[in-house]
Amino acid sequence: MRKLLCLAVPVITAGAAHAGGIELTVEIPKLSVAEYHRPYVAIWIEDASGKVAANLSVWYDVDLKDSEGEKWLKDIRQWWRRTGRSLEMPLDGVSSPTKAPGANKVTFPSDKGALATLAPGDYKLIVEATREVGGKEMVEVPFKWAPGAEATTSAKGKEELGVITLKLTK
Amino acid sequence: MKAIAKRLITAAAVASLMVGAAHAHRAWFVPSATVVSGDNAWVTIDGAVSNNLFFPDHRPMQIDAISITAPDGSTVKPANAMVGQYRTTFDLKLEQKGTYRIAQASNGLNASWKEGTETKRWRGTMGDYVSQGIDKKPGVQLTTSSRRVETFVTNGAPTDVKLTGKGLELSGAHPNDLYLGEEVTFKLTDNGKPAANVEITLIQGGDRYREQAGEVKLKTDASGAFKMKVENAGMYWLEAESRGTTTMEGKTLNSMSTYVAVLEVLPG
Repeated sequence: MRKLLCLAVPVITAGAAHAGGIELTVEIPKLSVAEYHRPYVAIWIEDASGKVAANLSVWYDVDLKDSEGEKWLKDIRQWWRRTGRSLEMPLDGVSSPTKAPGANKVTFPSDKGALATLAPGDYKLIVEATREVGGKEMVEVPFKWAPGAEATTSAKGKEELGVITLKLTK
Repeated sequence: MKAIAKRLITAAAVASLMVGAAHAHRAWFVPSATVVSGDNAWVTIDGAVSNNLFFPDHRPMQIDAISITAPDGSTVKPANAMVGQYRTTFDLKLEQKGTYRIAQASNGLNASWKEGTETKRWRGTMGDYVSQGIDKKPGVQLTTSSRRVETFVTNGAPTDVKLTGKGLELSGAHPNDLYLGEEVTFKLTDNGKPAANVEITLIQGGDRYREQAGEVKLKTDASGAFKMKVENAGMYWLEAESRGTTTMEGKTLNSMSTYVAVLEVLPG
């Protein structure tokens, strides 16, 4: 038993020393429409069986009076169905204000939150955006989660999302 | 003369009821949303009997007969209710997380028999049926009928809808968890028991804009189950009708159950 523990310790320290993770760039297109509202965006990771493996971010109007922003969370339809509807909002480290058009960079360290317990394997990172009086779009970026591996993959949306770049860092 | 006039009116009333049935006026409740989120969630609901789905053009649903059941089983009163010429409108605040059931359900006992060429009709209780001597009428047909028109709204995660065990009811797949491209299996029960070989009609709303309503006929199997997969996201009107015989207080009688649910299939 003691031996096992000794073995486990170096692995954990190695993980902490390389505080890499996922560097994600989510492009929100600049749209020329009569009434523009920033989209509500959910970012999550799905495993090969389609189950939600990690809830990374939800960008919505977190500061509205009486949690009025939560009223529209159901419009991030797939996220709502797969995980949102079973959560108590706001969610620490996940809920975040909406973002402006442009390339929004967010990082998720591998030693924190949902990534800390993510088992190595094949996954899809999903970004779903829905805009008030606008459209809805979902973009999937497949990736392989392996400790210490570096890789970059990207996918592109057509209407509500631009280029999504997923960079795995050591 | 007076008697004839009265009889004519009665005949006309009966005929109009029959015509009504033949033209299949459709009863429904349509909520403004079937899936809602947040701590201050409201929906507004229209209830009507109409020809086209879901455009009120005939009669409003009766407000007194509407029952709303909260996820915890308690009863909620409709808010801001208004009965208009063609539709009834009311609001519902979803204070609890889970699934609300909005329904109009009724049941009754009817008898009919012939006196000469005239068809006589009667409505009442089993006690009255015997005490008023209706059971002795020549060729009397006794029918127990139940009817349920309903829809569902969910705040947060869907919760199981508890069956009342009366008349036709829907179970199996969750009525507020329907998405385009997915096949779901529902189960139909009649008085809590599997309703086998019951024909189901499914029509998408907005039939006013189509030359053909495009109604889909489905049928339950021996276990009361049926599969549903639709081609478009939207609001659907589902109707089922079951006829058979049953026994009540030692008497064999006809039974007729009708069921309507308005279901929303969301896009992916």
